[in-house]
This record gives sequence, structure tokens and C-alpha cells, in this order.
Amino acid sequence: MKTRLLLPVTLGLLALTLTGCSLGEVKPWDRDLLAQEKMQLVVDPLESYLDEHIYFSKEASFGGQGIGGGGCGCN
Amino acid sequence: MQLNRPQSIRAALAAATCSVLAHPLPLQAQGNGEERAWDVRGGLLFYQETDRIQIVEPVINASKTLQDGTLLTLRGVADTITGASPNGATPTAVAQTFTSPSGGSSYTTPAGETPLRDVKDLRLSLSAEWERELSRMVRNTLGAGISHESDFLSLSLSDTLKRDFNNRQTTLAAGLALTLDTISAEGGTPTELQLLSTPAAVPPPDAEEEDEEEDEEEDEDGDDDDDGKSKNSVELLLGVTQILSRHTLTQLNYTLSVGSGYLTDPYKILSVVDGVTGETLDYRYEKRPDSRTSQNLNWRLNHQFNEDVLYLGYRFFWDDWGLTSHTMDVKYRSELGNGLYLQPHLRLYQQSGADFFRHSLVEGEPLPAYASADLRLGEMRSTTLGIKLGMPLGGGEFSLRLEQMRQEGESHPSDAIGIQQHYDLYPTLNASIIQLGYRFTF
Repeated sequence: MKTRLLLPVTLGLLALTLTGCSLGEVKPWDRDLLAQEKMQLVVDPLESYLDEHIYFSKEASFGGQGIGGGGCGCN
Repeated sequence: MQLNRPQSIRAALAAATCSVLAHPLPLQAQGNGEERAWDVRGGLLFYQETDRIQIVEPVINASKTLQDGTLLTLRGVADTITGASPNGATPTAVAQTFTSPSGGSSYTTPAGETPLRDVKDLRLSLSAEWERELSRMVRNTLGAGISHESDFLSLSLSDTLKRDFNNRQTTLAAGLALTLDTISAEGGTPTELQLLSTPAAVPPPDAEEEDEEEDEEEDEDGDDDDDGKSKNSVELLLGVTQILSRHTLTQLNYTLSVGSGYLTDPYKILSVVDGVTGETLDYRYEKRPDSRTSQNLNWRLNHQFNEDVLYLGYRFFWDDWGLTSHTMDVKYRSELGNGLYLQPHLRLYQQSGADFFRHSLVEGEPLPAYASADLRLGEMRSTTLGIKLGMPLGGGEFSLRLEQMRQEGESHPSDAIGIQQHYDLYPTLNASIIQLGYRFTF
């Protein structure tokens, strides 16, 4: 089941991510919205940290967004 | 001078663009020789499970751009944990008493209830990140962290390189992290799959007790405290971040984690039951494989509608313990004017069980190579629903997040034996998450 899901999931996500290459260039002077703090991929590092800690300690899955950051004896 | 002006504008725009993909402080240009103020975020988390664990966790995160353009981020966490957690044994028709490996402590669970073990600890954690520009298109982030509990010590190091391409519309990232953990179980490290009814080994006469002040639980014999177990993990990250349009940004990360060493939970046990009646006859400590390779595909997308922002996330996780999981995360930031916003949040999570997860062992059957009744390794689903409010306050920004989490598994699985069929083998877990935050600069 694992391998059956893996290929379509990977290709789908990669396609979604790289579609941008075909959408044309966003000029630097058009990146005002993207430069806003609320458009960052991690808007609130504390919230992300606390959520990762909660779900790491309550679920079997972990990681995904980044690496490092240290372990915890909760799992 | 006039010739230089367009270049400096371009450089400023490029720096702003670069920071879009780099870190959460987008408007801090790098390498301009200007030292910026400290950007400080303070947070306080209250996490409360119904009849189980409570956590109070103050966190502080401070970052500053130094004169040479590097970005320094420091984080400190104090995590107070109290309450009770399932020990893995199933409910049964009589009261159950559990004794630590050293025999130094015991606790009793009433008949018909899920056995819970008391938990009390203080975790202190410090970490630092140092991000700098190696060349016009390449940035490096070095991270280090230490985390300490009465029975656990974790050290970590990480390094990530990011390079911009395609007129800075695309960023590729590659990173490596190493984590070294030491586990010194309270009451001694049990022998994996050993029966609890087996008397503990006599401690050596010169065994010294480690008096750990923050551990306010009962003071155990230190017979096994000195032989802490270790586990290590190496993580690899490969990622691509892409600007899709003026309003849309997306990212796909792949992470690989290879863990090895003592991956068993020394506090978890399994009931050994009669194969017909399901009555508990004894208990065994759990045993997990001594290695685990796990992988993630993590996708995110941010899209801005006028002022509001939609955040979408999906993660696919799989490992060689037979676990797969899907996580979907949706947030919508609704701007209400004057810096006030509301942000509803929905998170859906579903995991399959580990190959060696089982509710109990059957007396007389051959012992499996690995076994765990830790409910977190079982098949389950979890839903989190919440809302966050953010508003300007006293020159900074105040935020309040309220969420409710519900975790459910199969309460009456088909492999329940005898009287086990009368009990809830996967009690639903409800938890409240309250987070207060304040952000300011100085």
C-alpha cells in the first residue's frame, strides 16, 4: 500500500510545486505581497514549534517541515 | 552615485525577495552592515488532556540581525508535565498493581479502568540558529540544541544550505541533522519483553543514586540509573520552494530520518492474557526494533486573497515499522482591519498501526520479536479544530490561540479476547490547547 501511494503522491506534489516555472516570472517589484510576514511559510515560529512538540508526543509520525531542533523523552 | 542607485534598489529588492524564502523576518535585508533590534516572541502554552496529561510550557524566541548581516535566533523552553499516561496494559475485571523494575515504587488501577502511570517532569530546552549569506544566492543555517529532562538528554546539530535560482523564484534547500539522545529510565531500564513478575536483579552494592532535583516523583533505587540507554538519529532534508504568482508561494520538502539505538519506551508494558477468557495473567515490558527509517513528503501552499491568507499543508509519512500517515492542515487568516485578525484552523490526521502494535500478548504463545501496546503506535485518527486571534497591543502584537484536539482509535478491535471485548481498548483522548503570545522589538 505504501509504495502504491508513494509515486502518485510524490508526482502530484512535485507537479503542484513546480507549476510555477510555467506560470511566468514574478518580477521583484511584484513581490510586495510575498514579502509580507503573513506570507512566510513559517509565520509564527513559536506556534510551529509548540504544535510539532504536541503532535510528536501524541502521534507516531514526526518531522516533515524541517530538521534538527532536538528530541524529547515524550515519545 | 547616480549609476549606483538602480543597483542598490535592485539589491534591496533582491534581499527582500531572498528573505521571502529564507526566514520569517522578510523585511530584514542582509549584509547591509546595519544591526537590527531584537525581535522577541514570548509564548505560554497550556495543554490539558481530559483526565490525563497537563503541560504548562513557557517559550521565548528572540532573533536579531547582526552587523555582518547574519541572523541569530535563540530559543528557550521550560516544559512542566504532570498527570497520567496509559502504560499499555488493558483493563481487566480486577484491580491491577504495577511495580517498577527496581521494585522501588508501585501503583494500582481499579478494576475495569485503563491503567495509567503517573508522569511528572520538567523539560528545559535551549537552541540557537545562525543564518548567514555565503554568496549572493547561497545561505547557510547552522543550528544546535540541548534538551534535558530528569530521565532524558538530547543534543542536536543541524546545517542547511539554501540556494536561489530562476531569478529568485525558486529556492532549493539541502540539510543534515544529527541528534544524540540518552535515556535513563526512572527505576532502572527494564529488560525488553521480560515479565513484570520476574524479580528484579539485585543492585550492585556500590550503585549510586542520581539525585535529580527537578524530578519530584518518588525516589527510586538507582540500580539501573547509571546504565543510560542511547539512541541516535540522522536526518536529511531536500526541499524546493517556488513562487507561483504575486499571490502564491509553495514548498515541497522531503525528509529522511534514520534512527538507531534504544527506541523502546521503558515505561510501556503489555498485558499477558489467557487466550480464551482474556483475563490478565501477567505483564511484559515492550520491545521495539533498534532501528527506524522514516520519510516525509511535506507540501505547503500560501495564497493571499486581497488581505486574507489561506495556508494549506499536506504531509505523507511512512516508515519501516509499517506506519503510514496523512496529515492535512488548513488555516485561513481573515484580516479584520487595524491589525486585528482571526485565523480558524483545521488539522486532520490519520495513521495506520505499526506492524508490531498489539493490545496484549497471549499466554503460552511464542513471543514475537517486537511488541508494543503503546496506543500512539496503533491505528488512529486525530482532529484538531481551533481559532487564533491576533491584535496590536502596547507597541507589539498579542495573540491568543484556542484549539481542541480529539484522538480516536478502535475501541473494540476484532482481535479482543474474552473479557477484553467488554472494555474500551482505545479510549478517546480529548485535549485543549491554549496559547498566549506576545511579540515585540527592542
